[in-house]
Amino acid sequence: MEPELTDDLLASHGLTPEEYERIRDLLGRSPTFCELGIFSVMWSEHCSYKNTKPLLRQFSGRSPRVLIGAGEENAGVVDIGDRLAVAFKIESHNHPSAVEPFQGAATGVGGILRDIFTMGARPVCIANSLRFGPLDSPRNQRLLQGVVAGIGHYGNCFGAPTVAGEVYFDPCYDGNPLVNAFALGVLRHEQIARGAAQGVGNPVFYVGPPTGRDGLAGAAFASQDLSEESATQQRNSVQVGDPFMEKLLLEACLELLATGAVTGIQDMGAAGLTCSTCETAARGKSGIEIELDRVPQRSPDMTPYEILLSESQERMLLIIHRGREAEVKTVFDKWNLPWAEIGAVTDTGQLVVRHRGEVVADLPAQALADEAPVYTRTGRRPAELERHWSLTLDRVPFSEPPETALLKLLAWPSIASKNWIYRQYDYTVRNACVLYPGSDAAVVRIKRDSLPEVTAEAPASFPEKFLGLTLDGNARLVRLDPYRGSMLAVAEAARNLACSGAHPIGVTDNLNFGNPHDPEIFWQIQESVKGIAEACAFFGAPVTGGNVSLYNQNPVGAIDPTPVIAMVGLIADEAAITSQWFKDENDAVLLLGELSDPRDSLQGLGGSAYLQVSDQLSSGRPPPVDLEREKRVADALRGWIESGIVKSAHDCSEGGLAVALSECCISRQSGRNTPQLLGTRIELEPCEGVRAEAMLFGESNPRIVITVEKRFVPKVLGQAEILDLPIREIGATGGDRLAIRYGQETYSWDVTTLHHTWWTAIERQLQPS
Amino acid sequence: MKFSVLQFPGSNSDQDCVHAVLALGHQAEYLWHRQTSVGDCEAILIPGGFSYGDYLRAGAVARHSPILSAVIEFARAGGLVLGICNGFQILCEAGLLPGALVRNRGRTFRCEHVFLRAENRTSPFTCAVPEARTLKIPIAHGEGCYVAEPSTIADLERHGQVLWRYTDADGRVSDEANPNGSLANIAGIGNREANVAGLMPHPERACEPLAGSDDGKYWLESMIRTVTASQPNGA
Repeated sequence: MEPELTDDLLASHGLTPEEYERIRDLLGRSPTFCELGIFSVMWSEHCSYKNTKPLLRQFSGRSPRVLIGAGEENAGVVDIGDRLAVAFKIESHNHPSAVEPFQGAATGVGGILRDIFTMGARPVCIANSLRFGPLDSPRNQRLLQGVVAGIGHYGNCFGAPTVAGEVYFDPCYDGNPLVNAFALGVLRHEQIARGAAQGVGNPVFYVGPPTGRDGLAGAAFASQDLSEESATQQRNSVQVGDPFMEKLLLEACLELLATGAVTGIQDMGAAGLTCSTCETAARGKSGIEIELDRVPQRSPDMTPYEILLSESQERMLLIIHRGREAEVKTVFDKWNLPWAEIGAVTDTGQLVVRHRGEVVADLPAQALADEAPVYTRTGRRPAELERHWSLTLDRVPFSEPPETALLKLLAWPSIASKNWIYRQYDYTVRNACVLYPGSDAAVVRIKRDSLPEVTAEAPASFPEKFLGLTLDGNARLVRLDPYRGSMLAVAEAARNLACSGAHPIGVTDNLNFGNPHDPEIFWQIQESVKGIAEACAFFGAPVTGGNVSLYNQNPVGAIDPTPVIAMVGLIADEAAITSQWFKDENDAVLLLGELSDPRDSLQGLGGSAYLQVSDQLSSGRPPPVDLEREKRVADALRGWIESGIVKSAHDCSEGGLAVALSECCISRQSGRNTPQLLGTRIELEPCEGVRAEAMLFGESNPRIVITVEKRFVPKVLGQAEILDLPIREIGATGGDRLAIRYGQETYSWDVTTLHHTWWTAIERQLQPS
Repeated sequence: MKFSVLQFPGSNSDQDCVHAVLALGHQAEYLWHRQTSVGDCEAILIPGGFSYGDYLRAGAVARHSPILSAVIEFARAGGLVLGICNGFQILCEAGLLPGALVRNRGRTFRCEHVFLRAENRTSPFTCAVPEARTLKIPIAHGEGCYVAEPSTIADLERHGQVLWRYTDADGRVSDEANPNGSLANIAGIGNREANVAGLMPHPERACEPLAGSDDGKYWLESMIRTVTASQPNGA
């Protein structure tokens, strides 16, 4: 029976009365209940980007390497040479994870993996970016434990290594945790698969497990504020992930793609069957007719509305060349996966859905997929920024002396070692990761078995390749200056890649913000996108796609604006892979970059971790960013790395020089319970008017700590002078203490204490005291 | 020499095993779980993963697959079979090895490089390990805690069937060095006939220095040495 279309019903579908009128105009009639459901998900922010589309046009996808750009397909594809390419993307699963952390995070991983193998690529690694409220709350502890277990469960079982990530803890994520999942896959150029429905009469197949009622209208749920009410509704229909099914689906899809029988492939993610049929028809400039009675179903009495909007996991839509249907049967029977021919491609431009002999939806596919309303909102700069930007150093109490401040910073969960998290992820499967979690960037190798085909034949037709991967996004800096903070996130990602020896080749970004109807939040989005777009263009790192997650707020408030930058880079050769930790005694320690930035009256402390931890001050204007210098520093560093003289490289970010030096001393790990600690003695020349706290913990940039054999110091200093780059020798490695002399004072810590404080901090917080 | 690597639905270290064999200059082939013969291979690797999704218990479904009957026959005839991680679980479920693997102490999945000592350097799986060498190999499992009746453990010890034990970096057995709570720090065992072995750590993911350790090559080299020596015209 058709329910009456009231304003309440519209609101529960996330549609405004104006949007409803637009639907009526488009159709020339009132939509059926089923059609209303379809519009609600296709025109949700999650699927249509209706609030951000005009802003996202600023991103440049231009680069000779880009084979598939942003928005064209399910993931961007970038050339890495030798006719090989990588497909990668990041996507959020914030709202589902807030409601059910284990399944929410697990299905987030499942969804992004499908986006990758839908492109025809074999996923070779995954990564994640997580945000939680402070760990002193049992609720946040449970969220962290649930999310990490969920990511681990899915990735470990599927068999893709989780190699990198970043995690921050802040009160603004209390009740609004963020879970962004990234995946990367490898394929040959000619293996790129398309999500277009083409060839009139070609059959449309459904493959994968039967459809149930899970995750009904999850895309619409993700496009509204999180409230207790909406959470309760969703809890009853949370998606459940089965990584085993996904692994079978992966192998079956890649095997079938290799036959050439497939003309179009699209995963069923958000809005399931609806979104996949609309998008393939819209891309193919065709139509699709499907019969719901043929769709495999878990319960006998599902309504068309439920079948169309279900977000049951691990399903795919395939368009097959007519006459080659038997090949689908052969491959999917081999993998013991359900399949069904559910319809055909038409030339009508319409998505036509039949159920028990009746047409339940007849909608223009192009309009659904591409003609969602677009809103150009106006932003307003938050009033509180004036106050933050007027912070001066004489108003900072500096309550924590350097000796204890460093220990507090290393024990602060956002800076502390994340080993409690990544040891629950299999980062060794696929023999792919060659620089494990715990350095500036992960390094993954691309080898014979990274390709879609599974073969035991020996020779590879290409030399092994090495990719660097990093995720970055310091939201505190973005809140205090969205434009500058977002540029800093991109700059830090580029710096992390440079430290591992990699040249940036592409970016995927995840924009996590609050409710865009709030002009101050919309302003954050505007400024942030501008900053990311400019910085990515500057580094020659095209944005090849990403995800926008808005409405990350609950009745208490919105999250800090949290753009996450996932940057992928290519490393020249195996010898250029570089890690952050000190290697040998008696190497020279050099600081590339300025000790302190004379333009910055806060001496790098604006928005710093030090102010937060020492004085509970989340204030000040973040340090200036100089993209030109960032690039020149990165280029010089890579040059020295590629010439073979750099033993370690680590950039200064949260916690400044003192935390960076600590990490150089303590982050090398040979195996279980076996850290390889190495001290250093540092002398910093006095800087007029710069406080010790600013020297040690200021976050001005770009600054990179590198080590080289002492005999190479004159060469490095000489070349830096020619390049007009600031660099200085600040000390040497050796001993069992980190000792930093600044002016008349020497600050000194035992590296064993530093290691213990940093390594066990998260685990200690999770244990009931 | 030719190794066969079993492929169950849900195997995920099958390609890692093949990679390791090829990296050492030998041949490999895959054996699909529905095959009923092991063909002409000279040794079998049962890889890690989540065979059949680990439904029931880890490895419980895989033992009923057609290929496993062929593997059991191959083992009865003296062929070398090594089960790694989920492969070890399958061998225990199939009764080819005693004992069982249960949830890790600490309840969570654990991935890290651990240190191992080869306890018996005369077996076909350990004979190439240099004397007194501590081996660095990654683990990645949630159910790797080895348990068995006290009498079974005593039997294993008496007959030299405990092949690998978790140790610290200096080769000392300690509770701290035990990543999952396995009895007697047992990381892997062999059968009485010494031609079937299983272990939780992943030697196939540590066969090149680039991977952080190449100690894993000793597993394959031991098997290669054993098979080559047994061939009539072998060196």
